[in-house]
Amino acid sequence: MTLSREEIATRLEAAGYVADRELAMALWLMDFLKRPLLLEGEAGVGKTEVAKALALVHDTELIRLQCYEGLDQNAALYEWNYQRQLLAIKAREGSGENADAIEEHVFSEKYLLERPLLAAIRRERAPVLLIDEVDRADEEFEAFLLEILSDFQISIPELGTVTARSIPRVVLTSNGTRELSDALRRRCLYHYVDFPDVDREARIILVRQPGIDTALALQVARMVTAIRKEDLRKLPGVAETLDWAATLAGLGVADLRQAPEAVHETLVCLLKTHEDRSRIGREVVDRLLGKVA
Amino acid sequence: MSSEGIGGTSRRQLAGFVRTLRDNGFALGLKETGDALAILASPLASRPGTLQPALKALFCATRSDWERFDEIFQAYWQGRGLRRRQMLTGTASDGSRPQRRLPSPLAGSDIAGKPDHVERGEGPEGESPAEGQGRRGGATRAESLGRIDVRRIADPDEVAEAYALAERLARKMRARLVRRMRARRHGLRLDLRRTIHRSVAHGGTPLDLVWRRRKPKPLRLVILLDASGSMSLYTAFFLRFIHGVVDAFREAEAFVFHTRLVHVSDSLRERDVSRAIDRLALMAEGIGGGTRIGESLATFNRWHAARVINARTAVMILSDGYDTGEPVRLATEMARLRRRCRRIIWLNPLIGWESYSPEARGMQAALPYIDLFAPAHSLESLAALEPYLARI
Repeated sequence: MTLSREEIATRLEAAGYVADRELAMALWLMDFLKRPLLLEGEAGVGKTEVAKALALVHDTELIRLQCYEGLDQNAALYEWNYQRQLLAIKAREGSGENADAIEEHVFSEKYLLERPLLAAIRRERAPVLLIDEVDRADEEFEAFLLEILSDFQISIPELGTVTARSIPRVVLTSNGTRELSDALRRRCLYHYVDFPDVDREARIILVRQPGIDTALALQVARMVTAIRKEDLRKLPGVAETLDWAATLAGLGVADLRQAPEAVHETLVCLLKTHEDRSRIGREVVDRLLGKVA
Repeated sequence: MSSEGIGGTSRRQLAGFVRTLRDNGFALGLKETGDALAILASPLASRPGTLQPALKALFCATRSDWERFDEIFQAYWQGRGLRRRQMLTGTASDGSRPQRRLPSPLAGSDIAGKPDHVERGEGPEGESPAEGQGRRGGATRAESLGRIDVRRIADPDEVAEAYALAERLARKMRARLVRRMRARRHGLRLDLRRTIHRSVAHGGTPLDLVWRRRKPKPLRLVILLDASGSMSLYTAFFLRFIHGVVDAFREAEAFVFHTRLVHVSDSLRERDVSRAIDRLALMAEGIGGGTRIGESLATFNRWHAARVINARTAVMILSDGYDTGEPVRLATEMARLRRRCRRIIWLNPLIGWESYSPEARGMQAALPYIDLFAPAHSLESLAALEPYLARI
């Protein structure tokens, strides 16, 4: 099933993701060219959200593989259910079956535990496979991933080769903690996710916090954009913006300028290190508020 | 995917566009061109407003590609008379934006498409780049060279030899570090999958236990080289050493700084030593005005640290500590850096001089955050680092 670009854009919006034109295009191209999509960008710009929204757009399952250092095939691909295997072997000890028959039985589908990559290619309906923070995994794993992404088949020595029932839509995200290999980059479509501009961020707030006042949403978006321009260790992401907007709305603030106290006290929602907190003091808040208004 | 129905003109235009992109450092293969033809054959091609983002998603692979694409696209499709050189100005080699990666030496097939300034650089201070032929001396000669302060080596042959030794030293270091790690690894864990597989032969009793070992993680080195005027006697020598390190360690990154910071790993990955050094010569040359260590570190912390530093990273700073910036700034940035990495090693060639004590204000400010403060005026002093690196 292929959706048109307009359809993707409207469905994204309906799924609560406010996308720019280029992202909608990239998501459409994923289907058109059958390539995975690599999303890069700073932490907190909403890369993971793209995959979740894409699953909603195509009304399909989201399978997520979170990468980390030391991630290996057992955790990514498949694993045998050892406890059950041991039990089965013990139970058959007295039955007089020979070793080959027991082995055959113990290494059957029944004892196989699916992990995300295997699960993704065995679904009837193509799921969205999110390979999150691929830069955290080792280089060896990246090479292995490349192989799976091109063949979409997995060989399990004890069981045989599993070919894909459906080709999943693959979204990879990277925070840039490590340089990815050129091979993987070339294999994928690329989209750089930046912090949203003021208008888009305000729209995101409105979509996600439907009860909020439009003027407040705009002010919050402007303020966050201004804060991001300060020299901070960790820039506040979109999730933080949403938290902050919800907090301010909850406190009954209607206009940021009228409530500098509340703004200053609720900045904990945005600034997550001590250093940043002390950098954005009362005077800085006042200065930024002056600009926002 | 069918690409029929596309006129020869469009094909030629696309081929030209792909060539332009390659010249600008995009890594594009046949597969990408094929997919681009498919895009051209689709209704997307009817308007530039849709063609541009489609090709952008397909052709870009890195953030720097992403940032440059629109400009190149417009230059090619809308002002087709523009020359390649013009398109490059102010993009790839813009020094005021150090966070951008330098174009990789291997990425493009056409050298003429590269920014031209790297080719005219001489070695700093007129030092002749060694042609990789300094391997004539025997062991004794190498040994004696090892102890001499690099400043005092004057004979061009000996200079070349010292360079070669510095590179070889870096390679040997890597080999030995890895070997030591292999011998040391203990972390044992039961590999259940294999254990059970073998137990079948014993009727289900796991007699043969299969152990899994933690794979040794190579140490990651990040080197920051001070290339200011006061270091000029040592710069060329250190560049050789760094070239060896970047080439030999799989995970190593190198930066050069004087009044600003430049990321040089890509230029250093050039296999041919003298070409790599040439590429660096201009970047490494101190532009008057002294060193701003604090500011350079700030740039590093802000733009590069998250990407190149992890918990197994040792940061090696090669500098004499003469800082023209504020010592307070340097101290803050050192403290930030300290929190992020495993070890900070500061190599100061001046330590090798008699009667040196770290009195420069910058050096004083940085000292509390340094794990190892060591001399680096000769090959021998560099080699002495190895046991320390092995323990990290």
